[in-house]
Amino acid sequence: MNIVVCIKQVPDSDKVTIDRETNRLNRAGVPSIINPFDENALEMALQLKDKHGGKVTVISMGPPQAVEALRTALSHGADDAILISDRKFGGADTWATSYTISLAIKKLEVQPDIILFGKQAIDGDTAQVGPGVAHFLDLPMLTYAKAVEPTDAGFKVEKVTEDGYEIWEIDKPAAFTVVKEANQLRMPSLKKKMAAKKAEIPTWGFDDLNPIEENIGLAGSPTKVSKIFAPPVKLNKEILSGEPAEMITELIQKLKERNVL
Amino acid sequence: MSTTKEIWVFAEQRNGRIAGVVNELLSKAQELAEKSGFEVAAVLPASGCADLCQELFNYGAKKVYTLDDPKLADYQNDYYSRAIAALINDKKPEIVLYGATTIGRSLAPTVAVMVDAGLTADCTQLDYDTEGCNLLQTRPAFGGNIMATIICPDHRPQMATVRSNVFKKEKLGDSEAGETIEYPVDLSGVPERMRRIEVVHEDDNTIDLNAAQYIVSGGRGVGKPENFKIIYDLASELGAAVGASRATVDAGWISHHHQVGQTGKTVCPVVYVACGISGAIQHLAGMQSSDVIVAVNKDPDAPIFDVADFGLIGDLHVIVPEFQKQIAAFKA
Ligand SMILES: Cc1cc2nc3c(=O)[nH]c(=O)nc-3n(C[C@H](O)[C@H](O)[C@H](O)COP(=O)(O)OP(=O)(O)OC[C@H]3O[C@@H](n4cnc5c(N)ncnc54)[C@H](O)[C@@H]3O)c2cc1C
Repeated sequence: MNIVVCIKQVPDSDKVTIDRETNRLNRAGVPSIINPFDENALEMALQLKDKHGGKVTVISMGPPQAVEALRTALSHGADDAILISDRKFGGADTWATSYTISLAIKKLEVQPDIILFGKQAIDGDTAQVGPGVAHFLDLPMLTYAKAVEPTDAGFKVEKVTEDGYEIWEIDKPAAFTVVKEANQLRMPSLKKKMAAKKAEIPTWGFDDLNPIEENIGLAGSPTKVSKIFAPPVKLNKEILSGEPAEMITELIQKLKERNVL
Repeated sequence: MSTTKEIWVFAEQRNGRIAGVVNELLSKAQELAEKSGFEVAAVLPASGCADLCQELFNYGAKKVYTLDDPKLADYQNDYYSRAIAALINDKKPEIVLYGATTIGRSLAPTVAVMVDAGLTADCTQLDYDTEGCNLLQTRPAFGGNIMATIICPDHRPQMATVRSNVFKKEKLGDSEAGETIEYPVDLSGVPERMRRIEVVHEDDNTIDLNAAQYIVSGGRGVGKPENFKIIYDLASELGAAVGASRATVDAGWISHHHQVGQTGKTVCPVVYVACGISGAIQHLAGMQSSDVIVAVNKDPDAPIFDVADFGLIGDLHVIVPEFQKQIAAFKA
């Protein structure tokens, strides 16, 4: 089974803040990690390979340093890695990113049976790239997959919903976004870690993918960020301390004054 | 670009019931319509939809486009996206809004690439800029550390998803008038590539967090699973639903249906009581827009106090039972 996993390198978003004066992001010194949900996609790929054989290729689009995320993925057990990177791809929103990634997948020598994504990325939280890539490749797609098992014609999938789950059958090849509850990424092995350090990871840029120019990068992105700002802080807050019984009496009084009790 | 001056709301239905978020979006769309001069319409894919239209009119739709086809009875991404994209390409609305449900968050991104539209996920504010003629779509990014306003200047429609409970719904009446347009659906050329074979509702129907007026949530500070009893006791006294932080869900103290936050539910009760929850941004992302937030925490520097209306510094094992006792007395 040929498996492609699309991963994104993201800042450890707990640590990104905004300067309240300048409205600029403070990203300096913020460590980069593999998007946590993509780890679940990677683990699902590795488990499918363990059980059914095949090959796991990880693909990431990003700046040159995103190669580190790919090396990490190799150290956990992926077989191959490809970086999609070019200045011309910069500033892409989910539309342009989906388009660009789909071109890279089309260029693979062996076409995948299954493409996996994390459920969403923790920096943008859009959950849009998986469905977008699937459409550009004309593949059937299910989001929020928790378990995927190959069948004769395709896959049987457990998809998480708001209040339970659904079982779907889907034809091969297909694309899925994977939820956190699916699994936990295995530890990297020392041997693979060493190999990952030295692995040759090809970078595919504009000339390799030969995209329609108006579909990529900032120009190919329908959405534009018009401004960023710090989330509003609450005014008029009241801190109560002291004897629990008195605190509660005061609290109930205030809640009554606010007409919420 | 010639468009129909309309704001559409995707009228998501499951088993013939309109999702609550749809009515919230219709109410918001009305507000945007007043600013922009556009008209509010709903798009309803279903099989046999006639009796669902009245509800949509009652919440502000002036028009409902029905997409009536047996293949559209339940959500299936290929069929739904094709049918809606065909309607969008034909009518070219200015704006299309979707609930950020598991359905909306799969359908909207597919439609977006099909019709070359921009899409902004999980908006928490929507406004209309009458000068630039753009929908101003504001949403948190980086787990809630920053807010970003997104516009889509050169593409129509402008599309956004919004979680439930972010906007308030407002019913206009019980028999509002509106126009039903039965739009022809042709899915004959779309191969059947996926089928739903089973639907399982898990039985955690103690409470619906999304609809709750009051929520009492427990975090790691609760200490151990048995201690959730005091959270449940206070909740039942208040008539509240029980929420939880991810730390407690990951620890197996309570099922994930209770999780509030970025990777759990977004809630907007009248009162949210956070007990022993530190207030990580991912948690705040799910409860920040509650009307009144009460936080109980022994650490005066806990970030939960930044969003709290009322902060109680102290041991929840004392404060929560006391709260329950006094509420009981108050009710009596
Ligand atoms: C991608 C991602 C997504 C996430 N999504 C979510 C999400 O959806 N929801 C969510 O909740 N979290 C989420 N998290 C996790 C989040 O970052 C925090 O780890 C989590 O919310 C912490 O839970 P907590 O507040 O219960 O625990 P802690 O942070 O450990 O806080 C416990 C608090 O209890 C207080 N306390 C302890 N004992 C007492 C006592 N006796 N009386 C009073 N107070 C006491 C402590 O002072 C402390 O403030 C996510 C994280 C990531 C990386």
